[in-house]
Amino acid sequence: MTTWMSTHLLSFLVFSPGAAGLALLAFPERQARLAKLLGLLVAIALFGVSLRALSLTPDASGWLFLEHRPWFSVAGLPVDYRLGLDGLNLWLALLTALLVPVTMLATWSSLAKREGTFAGLLLLLETGVLGALLSQDMLFFYLFWEGMLIPTTFMIWIWGGEDRRYAGTKYFLYLASGSLLWLVGLLYLAGQAGSFSPELMAQAAAGLSLHAQGWLFLAFVLAFAIKFPIFPVHTWMPDAYSQAPVAAVPVGMLVKLGGYGFLRFVIPILPAAAARHSHVLAVLAVVAILFGSLVALVQRDMKKLVAYSSLAHMGFVLLGLASLSVIGVQGALLQLVNLGVSTTALFLMIGMLERRAGTTMIADFGGVASRMPVLTGFWLLAAMASIGLPLTNGFVGEFLILNGTFTSGFAWGRVAACLATLGVLLGAAYLLWMTKRVFWGAENADPDGGTAKLAQDLTARELAALLPLAALILWIGVHPRTFLAPSDRPVAQLLSDAQAPAPAAPALGTAAGSAPLSEVHE
Amino acid sequence: MHSAWLIPVLPLLGFLLNLLFGKRAGKAFVSAAGVGSVALAFVLSVVAFKVMLAAPGHRLEIGYGEWMGAGAFSVPLGFVIDPLSGLMMLVITGIGFLIHLYSVGYMGEDKGYGRYFAYLNLFVFFMLLLVMGSSLPLLFVGWEGVGLCSYLLIGFDYDLPDDVPAQAGLKAFLYNRVGDLGVLMGMLALFAAFGTLTIGDILVKAGHLGPQLGFGLLTFATLMFFVGCTGKSAQLPLYLWLPDAMAGPTPVSALIHAATMVTSGVYLIVRMAPLFQLTPLTMDVIAWVGAATALFAATIAIVQTDIKKVLAYSTVSQLGYMFLGLGSAGFAAGFFHVFTHAWFKALLFLGAGSVIHALHHEQDLLKMGGLWKKMPVTGWTMLIATACIIGFPGTSGFASKDEILYLASLKSPVLYWMGVAGACCTAFYMLRLFTLAFLGEPRDAHAHEHAHESPATMTVPLVVLAIGALGATAFGWPAAFGGSFRIEAFLEPSVSYGAAAAEGVVRHGGNPALMAAISTALALGFAWWGWSSYKGGLALAEARAAKWPFLHRLLANKYFVDEGVDAALVRPLRWFGNLLWKLFDVIVIDGIGVNLPAALTRVSGDFIALLQTGRVRNYVLTMGLGALLLLYVFLK
Repeated sequence: MTTWMSTHLLSFLVFSPGAAGLALLAFPERQARLAKLLGLLVAIALFGVSLRALSLTPDASGWLFLEHRPWFSVAGLPVDYRLGLDGLNLWLALLTALLVPVTMLATWSSLAKREGTFAGLLLLLETGVLGALLSQDMLFFYLFWEGMLIPTTFMIWIWGGEDRRYAGTKYFLYLASGSLLWLVGLLYLAGQAGSFSPELMAQAAAGLSLHAQGWLFLAFVLAFAIKFPIFPVHTWMPDAYSQAPVAAVPVGMLVKLGGYGFLRFVIPILPAAAARHSHVLAVLAVVAILFGSLVALVQRDMKKLVAYSSLAHMGFVLLGLASLSVIGVQGALLQLVNLGVSTTALFLMIGMLERRAGTTMIADFGGVASRMPVLTGFWLLAAMASIGLPLTNGFVGEFLILNGTFTSGFAWGRVAACLATLGVLLGAAYLLWMTKRVFWGAENADPDGGTAKLAQDLTARELAALLPLAALILWIGVHPRTFLAPSDRPVAQLLSDAQAPAPAAPALGTAAGSAPLSEVHE
Repeated sequence: MHSAWLIPVLPLLGFLLNLLFGKRAGKAFVSAAGVGSVALAFVLSVVAFKVMLAAPGHRLEIGYGEWMGAGAFSVPLGFVIDPLSGLMMLVITGIGFLIHLYSVGYMGEDKGYGRYFAYLNLFVFFMLLLVMGSSLPLLFVGWEGVGLCSYLLIGFDYDLPDDVPAQAGLKAFLYNRVGDLGVLMGMLALFAAFGTLTIGDILVKAGHLGPQLGFGLLTFATLMFFVGCTGKSAQLPLYLWLPDAMAGPTPVSALIHAATMVTSGVYLIVRMAPLFQLTPLTMDVIAWVGAATALFAATIAIVQTDIKKVLAYSTVSQLGYMFLGLGSAGFAAGFFHVFTHAWFKALLFLGAGSVIHALHHEQDLLKMGGLWKKMPVTGWTMLIATACIIGFPGTSGFASKDEILYLASLKSPVLYWMGVAGACCTAFYMLRLFTLAFLGEPRDAHAHEHAHESPATMTVPLVVLAIGALGATAFGWPAAFGGSFRIEAFLEPSVSYGAAAAEGVVRHGGNPALMAAISTALALGFAWWGWSSYKGGLALAEARAAKWPFLHRLLANKYFVDEGVDAALVRPLRWFGNLLWKLFDVIVIDGIGVNLPAALTRVSGDFIALLQTGRVRNYVLTMGLGALLLLYVFLK
């Protein structure tokens, strides 16, 4: 067993949660409590196993762990079974493994029905997310990428509010349609390269005309932009998050793939197009930051407010990636982890309030701090992290992104960085204004309002769910080296590879294409 | 001095102890952890100060490795102790200790006793990081951290029905955030210009540059830093949060909103002095904004009736003098005013707190009067502080303010006269405050009857601060009156950072004695006017207000600036947010882009919907079959 594990660690991590999840789905409804408990134990055990990744050391080409063998061919194109762990996905994978048991603990008593099914779907989702994070073959990646949609759509449909049909269907169609266009681009490129390996695809893409590269870039970016999500293809998100708060965190696990996939595949495969169109991405990023923040400011529902705030935070991720500089990309990667930590914590706490009060409207609350002081303490910490206060995780990510953007060498760099700082201000405005209305002030006197129904502060299980997130907020903020060091070399490598013309390629659009990139790395 | 990390970490430890155990452990434990940790930090600061004085070049640099880094970007975790930060450390832990001690008496009855000391200790931790940090990001940690503590302490009574403290806390945080953006952008520009954010490296590199006359990266950076200062140090136009911040407990106003946090803007500029000297445009802006703030805020203070509000506007005004000094290239003069002001303004606030405590939380000056006999210690120490702030000859305020006015007169006579006008207002409103509170007949007999002198934990800090306020002249006394401005030489290693003093700045000439004589004579005249206007009660003042109703309304409503900001900024922003939401998300994207095609598809979709049974098992079965089919197709 040990020896099998030592060569198949990633396969085990990817597929065992899905297997366990399928088994849980088969449990009858009256055994739901047992299924829920089993699901939690499996999730905790898997997180324990995933921690083995921390003891690994990278090999010469940067892999901490690689499983690679030829698998089968589709229409003459070889598909490889290729799972790899390196500095780029290490922390995202560990965070995913952590968030599954945390979500189970936090929603332990808040599901009205089919608790076993929820645990099963969550474990299936874990397979999808880990599979996509670790896949180093494009077709493989695509299958996992699409597969993630199924459990999350069901979550919205089953545990959603009144408009769950609409929200779930919108979610599914939005994300699936983006991927379809991407699939076309992917198959075209695979045909050119004769393979689904990203390295060969990059070589093939370099041989194409800049025009063709641009179209491919559009097809790729659209799929990732929807998943991100980026303005203006974001409107699935507020509905999905607010209709199904228990689904908010699982969906949050999956949207990380938008940013990660862009870094892992789009920049290396289409570096010239990425540099050429970086200004478009930067504009979209700044718009997302400002638009998300301003709209969050006027929301009356806590869930929607945090949903729009995550839109703004994703704008920061995109800005860091668009800078194509080591500093900005490192910040973007860390910001993806941050979102999984602080936005998750905010959503979980809103869920805890909703379980007690039956509402998430801001106006129904007021004076929560007197009733639930411990929850308020955790809320303040998570809010400060989301605002980007120094010594919390949010500051490190945003500061690196802003620095990377300002010094990126692109003409838009300085303006974009300065505009993005406005998002930091607005972030404080909408979150602390909401904090004031919900937590401070006299207790809401309405007997039917939310505050009156808050009889009990955090339970032990809820505390257990929030403590690891709080610890991560401070750990990343105080000692970011732990989280930045593993990706330092891989990111630098990735960006410099992207800059070097591929050997098989004819002189690729030297004038317009690679010039901005070389500026970046001077 | 490797153990210098203990100095900030001790208050942090006090914070953690009081946060985790403060509720259950009882008051003795909370006081011991809260006051003791700051006392120990003070002792260690004194030791560090002595070690620093003995060190070559009067500078200790202590590094603890890298804090954060990515690619070419690297920020070390390190502290610098030099005359500037050393003096600030003494002020923070020394005055901080006195105010902690005072709080034991002042907050004794409060249900949030443990929480209060936790926040106060956390503040000391962040403030120490701010002054000790060897790099700008570390300084920024302290900079935003003290803002957080200020937010928490202003809103300390978060559950009041009228919502005032919570609203004031929010306002303080947001106005400070605007300033913080300035510091953030300044850091971005400096990293782009120098490739490092370590303060020492930047200043050494800046020493090789000439003056930046155009509007380049450095001018942008220093201007942005000054924007940060207008937020944290409550200058025009971001001063609006400080008067509202008086909703917090009075010792907090003394420590955070008078003596330490609000002066961090001055600290930042003195710290980066070699850089600011390179950008004359920024120096001009600083001087003019400082002078305007000094005068503007002083006029508002004249008509305020809340004792703490008077002191708040007074603080804004005094901070304006500090920036006027800095902008006139008087880095030492500006900083000296931070030092003297820390003593006498903390004393004024604690004295006001003693009065408020005695009158059972009455803050209205119009209901006070005749407390001199009842509260002799508070009365005498307040009188000393008043003498200092109006620049009575021989006091520390005289020494520091007149040095600033003299340097301002060398830059521009207009700046000097603005400063003098502000000083006249200061003399008037301070004597008004003192007369209304301590002299004359009691205007609220009931409150007066129960008034009493405060306990020793509160009066001892008052006396110590009074001694400090008078003794601060030992650090500097105008040369024109037979003294020497010692603090200038003392701060020299920090201000010049090894480079030669900037050329082209006039530092001598004029007639310092005449300048001081004019401003002091005028101020004393206005002080006498303030006293004589109120010694007989309110009748004279009311008659004047009736005579000039427009002027009185304008001042009493603080020039209607809050209302203007609300109408011009806050409401349009919300309106715009609503517009974006409704227009884009609800109408354009979802309405036309998403739901319309969906409606067209629905007709055909109804057919497919027949397959949806809603049972998960059925779906899983279908998925499994589909996967098998695919596998078969692929492997065939």
